[in-house]
Amino acid sequence: MSSALLPLAQLEIRRRRGGTCESEDGFCPDWIVDNLERYVSPLLEHIVLTVVSVGIGFAIAFALALLAHRREWISAPLSALTSVLFTIPSIAAFLLLVPFTGLGPLTAIIALVGYTQVFLFRNIVNGLSNVAEETKDAARGMGLTERQLLWRVELPLAVPEILAGLRIASVTTVNLATLAFFAGAGGLGAQIYTDITFRSNVVVAGGLAILLAAIFDLLILGGQRLATPWRRAAAA
Amino acid sequence: MLELRSATKRYPGQEEAAVDGLSLTVPAGEICVLVGPSGCGKTTAMRMVNRMIEITEGDILLDGRSVRDRAPAGLRREIGYAIQQIGLFPHLTVAANVAVVPRLLGWDRDRIDARIRELLELVSLDEGTGERYPAQLSGGQRQRVGVARALAADPPLMLMDEPFGAIDPINRERLQNEFLRLQADIRKTIVFVTHDIDEAIKMGDRIAVLRRGGKLAQYASPAELLMYPADEFVEDFVGADRALKRLALQRVRDIDLWTAATVRSGEPVGEARRKVAEADIDIPLIVDDHGRPQGWLSERGLAGERVRPELRSRAEPLVELDDVLRDALADLIESEVHYSPVVDSDGRLAGVLSLEVISQSLHVPPERARTGTELVDPAPDDAAAAEVERA
Repeated sequence: MSSALLPLAQLEIRRRRGGTCESEDGFCPDWIVDNLERYVSPLLEHIVLTVVSVGIGFAIAFALALLAHRREWISAPLSALTSVLFTIPSIAAFLLLVPFTGLGPLTAIIALVGYTQVFLFRNIVNGLSNVAEETKDAARGMGLTERQLLWRVELPLAVPEILAGLRIASVTTVNLATLAFFAGAGGLGAQIYTDITFRSNVVVAGGLAILLAAIFDLLILGGQRLATPWRRAAAA
Repeated sequence: MLELRSATKRYPGQEEAAVDGLSLTVPAGEICVLVGPSGCGKTTAMRMVNRMIEITEGDILLDGRSVRDRAPAGLRREIGYAIQQIGLFPHLTVAANVAVVPRLLGWDRDRIDARIRELLELVSLDEGTGERYPAQLSGGQRQRVGVARALAADPPLMLMDEPFGAIDPINRERLQNEFLRLQADIRKTIVFVTHDIDEAIKMGDRIAVLRRGGKLAQYASPAELLMYPADEFVEDFVGADRALKRLALQRVRDIDLWTAATVRSGEPVGEARRKVAEADIDIPLIVDDHGRPQGWLSERGLAGERVRPELRSRAEPLVELDDVLRDALADLIESEVHYSPVVDSDGRLAGVLSLEVISQSLHVPPERARTGTELVDPAPDDAAAAEVERA
């Protein structure tokens, strides 16, 4: 198994010549500028892994949360399950899934989807259940059906908490996806591992992962501000 | 018209009903106040009307049709709904909050916009308020939006559960008065829940007093309730000062005032003395050319051949015909006098109000008793009916 799993034999990504910055594993701006294109495809892989995992994770969490919103009793067990999932060490999860789903993005995505649930499911459920009782009472009293109550009142009011969950889930997924190469899914982690001793490589690949997390975070935050003008009004 | 027929709510596993065989009729255009101590089922009773709570026995008819035959959502869209916590939607602007029911009913945009403008004006909010979010409003403004929202689709029936309960006393009084003025125009049929007997007396055309276990203790006009409480429970609930509360239901014009002799400066004393002999009070009032009282004439003013303007005291306090009896009494007490002139809206003398007159008015049935807004018609028949019930 290990031979298949470990693309760990470090690839030489640079020619070693004595006395240069590269040969001393240093931080080499010139090398970075010359070799940036090496990072494009790992970065794209990383973005796809993150977006697909969070997207599928959100769809699953949303469906489960609506179910839990209707039937209170399944909320607690599902919530506990998401916590348990999150406690599984990510490398173990990737490796454990390989015999069933093989090496490749599918395996990584399955594991990553599992990790998003703890943030997404809980935040959606909490967002829905935090809607004030009097708001719901007024809505029903005015003749909103349960479906209209959900889509016109409860979900819009849960948006801040739902998007907060989405932010943590995205950042966490960017982070966990750096280990997705254990499942043979590539990504920035694979790029880091190809030459883990070379500082320039680690800084660029790691830096891109951090940047990616920050961009997701800011994008969702921006979306939240646009989607909830009423919250800013309340603060003013 | 709203009619409850032995409407009952029993929760499974509970011995006592929440609402027990409640029967009452609310005529169109009247405010029926459900009042009682906490746990008496008044809110439950109100919520049975729009099926927020389902009745387990009996029936509730809205314009002759059982609410049980109606789909809850459709029924509720035809009934205005305002609650103490208001429950405005924080994520919608004031205008969008008001527009909720019209949108559900599929009104077109122009009609909705026009209705929003009309309603904001009706509840005395600036048009700019429509753009704001509930969190940006004061408590009183939110309350007004709540009322506007309940009125949005012009429902003939409104349910209001302590709608002014969360407002400070000064603003509550203002909102109550505003609402009564509004109601005088819009004439909705209203079921109004409160725990406050004073609010009930002020707002209600009819008051249903409920006791624990959801039983109706008495259903009567405010005046009747205060004069003829059906039993000890109602008597306790309306309070030991119920006679005083009745003063708030009557206006000075509703009671028989004393007559006073009005004399003008320079008129023959013989004539003046003749008028004094005919009046209820033996001190004449000197009035000006327009009949406005100037003051009480002293004995010296009648000493000569013609009346001289010698005052023993000025005509104070001046009570107006439209004053509520309670306020008039307060004026008398504050000025430390036993009687004072009453004037009409033009300032002309209309009679004399005295402590004696007020106390007499508390003894006889106030045949023309009204609420503060004159919404209740004289109801001598109801009073008679209550007498029969007591017998």
